[in-house]
Amino acid sequence: MYRLKDSGPAVLVIAVLIALWWLLVSLTRSVIFPTPLAVLTGAWELVEDGSLWRHIGASLMRVVVGFGLAVCVAVPLGLWMGWVRGAFSTLNPIVQILRPISPIAWIPIAILWFGIGDASPIYLIFISSVFPMIVQTIAGVHTIEKRYLRAAENFTVSRRVLFTRVVIPAVLPQILVGMRVGMGVAWLVVVAAEMIALHSGLGYMIMDSRNAGNRYDLVIAGMIIIGLIGLMLDGSMRMLEGLRWVRWRYAH
Amino acid sequence: MPTKIEIRDLGKSFPSEQGRLAVIENVSLRVNDGEFVALVGPSGCGKSTLLNLMAGFIRPDAGSVTIDGAVRSKANSKGILISQQGSVFPWLTVRENLAFGLQGRDAAEQNRTADHYAGIVGLRGFENSYPHELSGGMLKRVELARALAVKPDILYMDEPFSALDALMSLRVRNELLRILRIERHTVILVTHDVEEAIHLADRIYVLSERPTRIRATFDVPFAHPRKLSSPQAQQLRIAVLRELGVELDEPAVSPGAGDLPVPESQPGG
Repeated sequence: MYRLKDSGPAVLVIAVLIALWWLLVSLTRSVIFPTPLAVLTGAWELVEDGSLWRHIGASLMRVVVGFGLAVCVAVPLGLWMGWVRGAFSTLNPIVQILRPISPIAWIPIAILWFGIGDASPIYLIFISSVFPMIVQTIAGVHTIEKRYLRAAENFTVSRRVLFTRVVIPAVLPQILVGMRVGMGVAWLVVVAAEMIALHSGLGYMIMDSRNAGNRYDLVIAGMIIIGLIGLMLDGSMRMLEGLRWVRWRYAH
Repeated sequence: MPTKIEIRDLGKSFPSEQGRLAVIENVSLRVNDGEFVALVGPSGCGKSTLLNLMAGFIRPDAGSVTIDGAVRSKANSKGILISQQGSVFPWLTVRENLAFGLQGRDAAEQNRTADHYAGIVGLRGFENSYPHELSGGMLKRVELARALAVKPDILYMDEPFSALDALMSLRVRNELLRILRIERHTVILVTHDVEEAIHLADRIYVLSERPTRIRATFDVPFAHPRKLSSPQAQQLRIAVLRELGVELDEPAVSPGAGDLPVPESQPGG
């Protein structure tokens, strides 16, 4: 977490970059590339007519649904693959083949299967964020220290207790790391997906602004808003690391 | 006293690059009920392996471990292993750790038992703390209390105090002796620290380098609380160290202070 006094230099750098941007646009007398002020007034336009909130809401909804589905699949699957050797040797090759396929490459298939509604980007978000989370969860199970499993064996606890009191708490910090990575990927992907097929969302807003009259002020406003929301999403995932169930992991 | 643990002709080897490496060969020993036995040997001998065999975590290649007349085949909560690096669960509070082995009983009883043992090892007031908030010595107490809470017949202790500083080690050792006066357990302590063994044990087995065999057995006939500086204790220490291949000068002993303990002969040792 940044302290306020630590953020001084960062704010300064951002201010310098904006000044530089403004200076370059004025010097080159560009008619297409907007000044920071133009971006701000363009963004205000979108705030006033309410379309900005609609686009943000549409993008966030897709991320929440797609990412939520991915968590529901990845965590149990990752735990199972990590714990049962046979499940790992059977499924891991498939995971490793599917994992490096860019979500962009899935777009034609997604449109074919799900049309151009909300289901396509949700599927793309799911497919792109599920694999990092599976891989992290498996790694979490595989790196549980033997001494803890041995202690559980020594006290001859039931399978249920073994999982709820040892395996899952031990893996939880790794699951959170996977969720942070997955959330980052999901936000990248939703914008890309919306640029191609949809009529709402921040990605659509950017493409539409360019196509409908070269509104580069709105293009840049959209980009900056995407960046800021991405930062907030990452911050919210980081806050999970402060939960009491995982604090032990970061205490040293 | 009835025999608690009987080990007969135990052997264990592990695969290595030069073929199979014998770690334990032909070890036979007997531990009586309620006895405190120390296994002392050089670093890298099979002490820990021997303890793991006794606790049932690994299976012997030859011979057998019999506990209460039944052959030990796997680990269970009648014999709890306390290891050098510790295995207190960092994601559970002290109380949850102490109640870990009590699953299946009702929650109120679990908490009562956990808090009782927290009190016994001097951790009252820390029941809701997490392990990362505790010192090394306190963690050892948590580990000990968690083991005691399931009322095991046998405590297997694998260099439990070696990660502590000298003062804390002494403190926890005294604590252990105090608890053993209240609650009766058979204890097998593996250590390389001869003074620790003399401080705690009723009997000391000196182990050889790998493959581990029993070199000698010493009885420790001193009453608790023991004075390690007494001439008898010092003589015993010298005798044990000699078996370990370390020669020390004899301290000046007043005549008649005690005879040098002579190692009992070991069949096949």
